[in-house]
Amino acid sequence: MTATITPPSPPPSTTTTSAGQRLAAAPWPELAAPAALLVLVLVFGALDSTFLTTGNIDAILQASAILVVLAVGQTFVVATAGIDLSVASTMTLGAVVLGQVYSSGAGIFWAILAGVAAATLVGLLNGLIIAKGGITDFIVTLGTLSAASGLALIISDGKPQPVLSGFMLRLSADGIGILTWSVLVAIVVAVIAHVVLFHSRLGVHVLAVGGSTEAARATGVKTVRVKMAVYLISGLLAGIAGVLLVARVGAAEPASNTGFLLNSVAAVVLGGVSLFGGRATIIGPVVGALLLASLVNGLTLLGVSQFYQPLAVGVVVVLAAFLTRFQK
Amino acid sequence: MTAVQQSNTPQTMDRDDVLVAENISMSFGSVKALKSATIRLPRGEVTALVGDNGAGKSTLVRCLCGVHRPGGGTISLDGQEVSFHSPTQARDAGIETVHQNLALVDDLAVWQNLFLGRERTYGFGPIQLLDRRGMRTEAKSMVSALAINVPNVTSRVRRLSGGQRQAVSIARAAGWGSKIVIMDEPTAALGVQETARVEELVRGLRDKGMTILLISHNFEQVLRLADGVWAMRAGTTVGHRRVSDTTGEEIVGLVTGAIPA
Repeated sequence: MTATITPPSPPPSTTTTSAGQRLAAAPWPELAAPAALLVLVLVFGALDSTFLTTGNIDAILQASAILVVLAVGQTFVVATAGIDLSVASTMTLGAVVLGQVYSSGAGIFWAILAGVAAATLVGLLNGLIIAKGGITDFIVTLGTLSAASGLALIISDGKPQPVLSGFMLRLSADGIGILTWSVLVAIVVAVIAHVVLFHSRLGVHVLAVGGSTEAARATGVKTVRVKMAVYLISGLLAGIAGVLLVARVGAAEPASNTGFLLNSVAAVVLGGVSLFGGRATIIGPVVGALLLASLVNGLTLLGVSQFYQPLAVGVVVVLAAFLTRFQK
Repeated sequence: MTAVQQSNTPQTMDRDDVLVAENISMSFGSVKALKSATIRLPRGEVTALVGDNGAGKSTLVRCLCGVHRPGGGTISLDGQEVSFHSPTQARDAGIETVHQNLALVDDLAVWQNLFLGRERTYGFGPIQLLDRRGMRTEAKSMVSALAINVPNVTSRVRRLSGGQRQAVSIARAAGWGSKIVIMDEPTAALGVQETARVEELVRGLRDKGMTILLISHNFEQVLRLADGVWAMRAGTTVGHRRVSDTTGEEIVGLVTGAIPA
């Protein structure tokens, strides 16, 4: 529809692009997060000498690993113009299932598999109800947010379950160089996600569905399947994030983890992904997650009260949204 | 029914028709959108379909491109009777449609739109990667084969003008070894210059041997572009003329009913 009523857009320049034009054409939303990250690193590095030590960088990466995995899943959903509000509770449910299966005497491998499977199942359920049932994503995932955290409380009887496993310990302590296995898992997830988004048929179809569902359908894209796939991906990645969470905490806790939900959306927005769908990158939300982790880390190093951290995150997110707005 | 057959000029009978749709009827509930529509598309020609709003042009076209299943009548493609359950099936059979809303995704590049739903991949088994370079190269040749004035196949469709979008849509429809391209009001939203350019594109396709069905409100355009024209009124094709043997007034007369078919 918009196609036919578009006013004559500026003549697309072919060969000669002036510096000004190139500047205007620069993807500002995509560049906002890296630029802000650079500024933060320079400021915190100047204010506190420990900020740029390998130990602290390691801590930042470690802290952002879980968020990176969640944000990547959220990116796929947002790219189709949807939203997954259940990511954090799904992660919690996955973690709790892992803990319960492990405490029942099963090996850690089976426990991880069960946890990831439980989270993937939640994603599948979201996808089925939203894509096949045609119910608004916001409502459905709000429902599964509550249902999944309730289920986590029921299964665990509200108590944290310590997971004392050598494998889980190594996941967050050992690694290659300063990169722990948790961080490496996040990197691998991000790389695979990038390949899927930009080098696979599914990726193009995700962006097409987000850009114009009608056009995608008319060209033979199976839009219902694509929508189901993104929620499934989000659930699967929430499960993997749950494993990293248990490894980090050393226990499976039925805590609500709402901070992770807000931060996953924040990382996606900071990463320049359009909430209206159709435009997305993986590197953007990954940098967005690093930015949020660095912010919290830097503020802690500077001795700023923990209470100020959500406030700072909120300000940064709104600023990023402003940048995107001005670009239009 | 009989009216349609009488009005058929005899020379269409021995022509090589790519598509023949006969006595197509279609109802939506109690509303008979198509009573008896007949249309033939001679190979390598531009055939126009004209008629007032509500005459059933769009319904007939949707029957031909697989969106609707006709309630009665037959459609044959190259002499074989066909029945489409979905647009994908019609497309696989070689019938491409340029929809009025163009079906382009603004945020994807020109080449991605050209290959949307038909991406080329390489790899083994379930792991298939997009052949991005191959598709870009192919998109360039699709675009240059039609001498379309598009800046670059890597630019986003959002940055294109209305005429360029239309050109991309037409290139997509024409670029798949298709037998027939159906265009629904291809110049309805365009200015004078862009209309001329799109008309040039349509002529170019015809000269390459493509069979085209052109739905248009613009009788002058029909006389400029088409070889034959079918007129519809109240769900029935009421007449067929060779463009070389007719005038604008006669077509208007057929459409309004002033000239009894």
